[in-house]
Amino acid sequence: MGVYFDELDNLQIDVLREIGNIGSGNAATALAKMLNKKVNMDVPQVKVLQFQEVSDILGGAEIPVVGLLLSVTGDISGSIMFIIENEAAGILVNILMGRPLDEAITFDEIEVSALKEIGNILAGSYLSALSTLTNLNILPSVPELAIDMAGAIISVPAIEFGKLGDSVLFIETEFSEGSTKVVGNFFLVPDIDSYEVLLKALGVAD
Amino acid sequence: MGDIIKVGMADLKASYHPAILTTLGLGSCVGIALFDRSTKIVGLAHAMLPDSSQIKNRTNAAKFVDTAVENLIDEMLKLGAIRNKIVAKLAGGAQMFTFTQGTELMRIGYRNVTAAKAKLESLNIPIISEDTGGNYGRTIELDSSNGMLLVKTIGYGIKQI
Repeated sequence: MGVYFDELDNLQIDVLREIGNIGSGNAATALAKMLNKKVNMDVPQVKVLQFQEVSDILGGAEIPVVGLLLSVTGDISGSIMFIIENEAAGILVNILMGRPLDEAITFDEIEVSALKEIGNILAGSYLSALSTLTNLNILPSVPELAIDMAGAIISVPAIEFGKLGDSVLFIETEFSEGSTKVVGNFFLVPDIDSYEVLLKALGVAD
Repeated sequence: MGDIIKVGMADLKASYHPAILTTLGLGSCVGIALFDRSTKIVGLAHAMLPDSSQIKNRTNAAKFVDTAVENLIDEMLKLGAIRNKIVAKLAGGAQMFTFTQGTELMRIGYRNVTAAKAKLESLNIPIISEDTGGNYGRTIELDSSNGMLLVKTIGYGIKQI
């Protein structure tokens, strides 16, 4: 039966950290290509938090954030979500559209589709790294976007984690371009059965 | 105005008057606010999943609508609340993302609200108002002085129910 995050051992956490590292490294490369700029990335932090602490992830449950959600099919099923603060989303859009970094964004149609494209590329390259690493076939859907309070957006992956245990696992990644820093959080949420498939493919589950 | 008491995700709290119970950024989770009109004892739960019987790991009662309601009432009765004076208000249960295919993941908000209504009804606790559904997050504050539930959103205004 399913794997509980609360019971993950250090080796498994290390493996997940490595997935996060490779996944978001790939995502940073993809981002650099898209922006045609050098994008650096800090070592991603794998975090396991209790639900009560989850709302502090992005500086408070009421902070407005952009959430990009893709469903995942293939050898595993589930979803992947990328969350960034509105301000950081604005910076990414402005870089992509060649505008001054501090220009206010209104989330109009063009900006929303630019963000979806960013989500597509980040999540797509993240998943392709995971696919290569595990030899599993992993296919993302087109992204759905929502802009709202951090707590409300995070409730979507949190509820899925809630079926497994009492904590949420996510990967915090900091991208920087020049002196501009953007922090993003990846939530990879495999379905209960897929979690085991994933750990088995990585050789860290019985 | 009493103390402001925060209720986290998969959490519940009860309090004597005066107090403000609040939970921030409710999305697909459901906020269940209970108020005893006679003693002004209040309780608030932030539940994530509709039904504890469908999940193996159920150590945290506040995570599930059914067990959260039971535990919250127990907590209030311990403080001296009178069972048949308790009324309920509901908020949350939004669908944050609009996927074209109506997967189970996407309907969880609706299912949480439905489960809360069924549970409260089975316990004969009247639901006097609700602000549920939609596709946006909510912060709620329950005021023990009058049982008023304040609902705050980004872009959908503030209201009292």
